[in-house]
Amino acid sequence: MARVLVVTSGKGGVGKTTSTAALGAALAQSGQNVVVVDFDVGLRNLDLVMGAERRVVYDLINVVQGDAKLAQALIRDKRCDTLSLLPASQTRDKDNLTAEGVARVMDELRERFDWVICDSPAGIERGATLAMRHADTAVVVTNPEVSSVRDSDRIIGLLDSKTELAERGERIEKHLLLTRYDALRAERGDMLKVEDVLEILSIPLLGIIPESADVLKASNLGAPVTLSDATSAPARAYIDAARRLSGETIPMSVPSERKGGLFGKLFGRRAA
Amino acid sequence: MTETLPSKKAVRLRGRSFLALVLSPEMPFADWLVELDDLARRSTGFFLNRPIVLDVQGLKLTRDDLAGLVAELEKRNVRIMGIEGAVPSILGPDMPPEMRGGRAAADIEVPEDPAPGEKPAVEKAGAKVAAAMPSAASVSQAHSLIIEEPVRSGQSIVFPEGDVTVLGSVASGAEIIAGGSIHVYGTLRGRALAGSAGKPQARIFCRKLEAELIAIDGLYKTAEDMEAHLVGKPIQAWLEGDALMAAAL
Repeated sequence: MARVLVVTSGKGGVGKTTSTAALGAALAQSGQNVVVVDFDVGLRNLDLVMGAERRVVYDLINVVQGDAKLAQALIRDKRCDTLSLLPASQTRDKDNLTAEGVARVMDELRERFDWVICDSPAGIERGATLAMRHADTAVVVTNPEVSSVRDSDRIIGLLDSKTELAERGERIEKHLLLTRYDALRAERGDMLKVEDVLEILSIPLLGIIPESADVLKASNLGAPVTLSDATSAPARAYIDAARRLSGETIPMSVPSERKGGLFGKLFGRRAA
Repeated sequence: MTETLPSKKAVRLRGRSFLALVLSPEMPFADWLVELDDLARRSTGFFLNRPIVLDVQGLKLTRDDLAGLVAELEKRNVRIMGIEGAVPSILGPDMPPEMRGGRAAADIEVPEDPAPGEKPAVEKAGAKVAAAMPSAASVSQAHSLIIEEPVRSGQSIVFPEGDVTVLGSVASGAEIIAGGSIHVYGTLRGRALAGSAGKPQARIFCRKLEAELIAIDGLYKTAEDMEAHLVGKPIQAWLEGDALMAAAL
């Protein structure tokens, strides 16, 4: 039976889409069948990050409305053949996402794949609640800043009340993915520290992704960072996070992209 | 010429609601009183020290009837705090005051016979003692709410019946409104409003104070007004007259 994962956050721009693509690719590379679903109807982005924007013919809305079959809309990744994408539509209205339609598509996806990873739109509106509705597991993406942490807290509250699991009286599994983390700046107090964020949100930590130019570079190239350069610091952090999702126990490290030593110190001071 | 105007705050009027036992007598009173005596005998002290309201709604009473009934009840040590549903003309200055605006609550259990023997025919009288005083066990249960999870931003916990205890933290953007006291065993970052139903003796306790607002019985303090040395500390807050006090625990 597939595991349905929703990647969500309260605030926009924290790295949900990047994280969806990176985690999806990392899980697919371990040989599991993965589909990433873009729920951000009206503002699609996942296809860009996955480098599949020119291959979109049918999208989630077409499948939800019954205009296309699921097989027609799924795009298989060129680099990793166990990874597929179900893109969102930019031209349709997000109101076309009906609860029944989404439930039907999710049931079909569950049968075909080992992992269904839903990229949620930001905020707490219908699109976001539909994306989280059928999930077994949630990855809450947060930046180490107060506004992001507070909005994530709100989303965790919704995960505990607005999902099918919650309505059945069960608990949805929740994980925190801290992105754009800069250990030096956190140490200087410009950013919240990991323990502060964990203390406020009180859900288990899945991974800490360092702030890195590699992430932006990979997005712009249209490749999930775990596929484009698997040895980079953020890629290693995402791969570890994906292994933790699969149930492995891997020690948590606070990654730092900057090399230590004198050069790092000088660089750090100049950035201040 | 040195007279000062009286302070406008000299007399403060406030409303408050209480639970009271309601007795609804039936005509003829002689028979009803017999049943009442029977009930009182089965449970000694049941009416003792309890505020009791006499509901005479729908009874065709004269002033003498009512005075007689009140006197009879007084003889049985039943203290009437007020009379409900009576025509104002039959109420005299020597009688308990008129009460209005009562809201019905759940029926009260008639206490069981302490010695289980033959049961007198008092079921009817028991049913008439309709009132609002849940048994002691359910009092403690209904008057406290325990929340085992953290209270998330955007959540609002409203519990006018009594105390709220939160085992986790209260996030910024969340609020707890309690009729009684509020206990937070984690960090209080959101808003805590205790004694919301007019209960100035309510208190707020927390392990770590980082609240946006704390209030007791309508008197509040925002984060800005809080003493800096209390922030981040375990504190309790209480009311002293018209001042909201807070001190480290």
